[in-house]
Amino acid sequence: MNVPDDLRYTTDHEWARLEDGRLRVGITDYAQDALGDIVFVQLPEAGATVEAASSVGEIESTKSVSDVYAPVAGDVIEVNGQLSEQPQQVNDDPYGEGWLCVIDPSDPAAFGTLLDAEAYRRLTSS
Amino acid sequence: MTAPLAGVPAAGGRATSAPLMGRDEEPTLFELSSPGRSAWSFRTTNLPEWDAAELVPAEHLRSEPAPIADASERDLVAHFTRLTHRQYSVDLGAYPLGSCTMKYNPKLCDDAASLPGLTGAHPATPAHLAQGWLELLADLADRLCRITGMHDATLQPPAGAAGELTGLLLMRAWHAEAGRQRTKVIIPDSAHGTNPASVTLGGYQTVTVPSDDRGCVDLAALRERLDEDVAGIMLTNPNTLGLFEEDIAEMATAVHEVGGLLYYDGANLNAILGVTRPGDMGFDIVHMNLHKTFAVPHGGGGPGAGPVAVSERLAPYLPGPLPERGEDGEYRWRMPERSIGRVHSWHGNALALARAYSYILANGADGLRRVAEVAVLNANWLRHRLRASYDVPFDRPNMHELVVSTTSLKKASGLRALDVAKRLLEEGFHAPTVYFPLIVDEALMIEPTETESPQTLEALAQALERIGASPEGAKEAPRTTPVGRVDEARAARRLIPTWDARPLAATDAAAEHMQAPSARY
Repeated sequence: MNVPDDLRYTTDHEWARLEDGRLRVGITDYAQDALGDIVFVQLPEAGATVEAASSVGEIESTKSVSDVYAPVAGDVIEVNGQLSEQPQQVNDDPYGEGWLCVIDPSDPAAFGTLLDAEAYRRLTSS
Repeated sequence: MTAPLAGVPAAGGRATSAPLMGRDEEPTLFELSSPGRSAWSFRTTNLPEWDAAELVPAEHLRSEPAPIADASERDLVAHFTRLTHRQYSVDLGAYPLGSCTMKYNPKLCDDAASLPGLTGAHPATPAHLAQGWLELLADLADRLCRITGMHDATLQPPAGAAGELTGLLLMRAWHAEAGRQRTKVIIPDSAHGTNPASVTLGGYQTVTVPSDDRGCVDLAALRERLDEDVAGIMLTNPNTLGLFEEDIAEMATAVHEVGGLLYYDGANLNAILGVTRPGDMGFDIVHMNLHKTFAVPHGGGGPGAGPVAVSERLAPYLPGPLPERGEDGEYRWRMPERSIGRVHSWHGNALALARAYSYILANGADGLRRVAEVAVLNANWLRHRLRASYDVPFDRPNMHELVVSTTSLKKASGLRALDVAKRLLEEGFHAPTVYFPLIVDEALMIEPTETESPQTLEALAQALERIGASPEGAKEAPRTTPVGRVDEARAARRLIPTWDARPLAATDAAAEHMQAPSARY
């Protein structure tokens, strides 16, 4: 299972990457594997304000529909529009082309409170 | 693997004999079409012929003929008969689709629902001319109340989900009458997917309560979520893991203490018929899936029947009109005083109700109890048997269904729940429910129902054991059915819900194309 060291994680299997004070967000390799073939991704509107751990979208696979949660509170400033045509990118490249949205966090320190790679590895191997 | 016992009849639950497993795909009617052929002909009508343009205003006339397949009556009947023979059904073999209660439907119930006195009545027939129908409906409602421990019932909702919405609207009306502004409804994380959907349609927010390590509602977590905003809780008991919620009395007390109501999702009522009753557990609103529990053919869109029964304090809000016997012995329609109104046209799916009524009468109280007992026995037998070959995440006495998992098999050989389901088709059985409930990894949810014999259960168990022991080829399964493994992801991503005949019919090349299949088949 691929868990890049430079990312932070949530217990709900989202990842976040710090980019100039903003957070790019997606779901982990573990999550996409558990969901199976993803057929539809519903994302928040750019400009939406989100609470930490609140639902910001849905991912539908051939097995189930699951909520996606915001890792931190803030404003959604960009969403991955490619996913409406190519939801399989979440399966193929969860940490790259399969990103979901970019959040401008209301608290810059929030990123540091997320799980590090080691803690997330422990979570998914238990 | 056990060899069949000498002298024991062969299992009737497998469907591996022809013509079900023919390998060729059935062409569409358009592919069978041959220009100029027709399924009808009149030698003469003795009526004058009119040009459509003389009768129909030009703006309503087609500019070109509708693209309808040209087929003879013989070809048409053969086409649909072949399709009929390719359907898997409860009349054909075992159908262990968890949570759906695909029990065999006795032909007696078909006969009862086909009585001309029932089928010939128009639903608008005045009550005094339809006394038999009203008596049937009133008596059915009464029996359903006695089975569930409730006070009164509506028979209108045409399906389980419609019953759920009706129940939530009743919940809403009851709180509104008392001036309570409630916003939330609690459901367990193992709930049927219809529950959160009904909660949303009913105008409430869903709050999820987790299951504990026994597979039941975590009572402490439930208590944390209970407050004055909670309108009620929706529960299935036994739950979707096939486990009885043992803390139900404590849960009922806790929910009632904050002024909430308990809603019983009756999808699993088959497991407790005649043994215990939702009303005795503290439930206020109960929907029943008559098409599951009381033998009405279902699947493929119904028609079903999802009556809702309620406790005395909610009875004034029931949808109406309700059939009622007056003191003079005459049946009439009555609208409950604070009714939420109709939830379906006329009197619900009346013939499905008649079918369920005949099933209840034919079984009697002792027979219904036996239904539950044998359903539970069958499911427990399967759990004990499958324990050696599959993971059983909650390995304790279950009710009418069991959930096994292929987690260990997936690690060892890559075999997933979906592969097992598809391989089972090759073995001549309908697949179980897969990937539900969501809280179990690689879940296979198996509900044998009371109608499968020990021989059929044995054959089903052997088939599942074979699949677990020899996973080779499972990824390509099913290989013996007319349609093989479907690419579900591609089907969902690029959904084409219609087959458009127009481009084909419009050109000469298309006409040739349409001729071609007849050479193939």
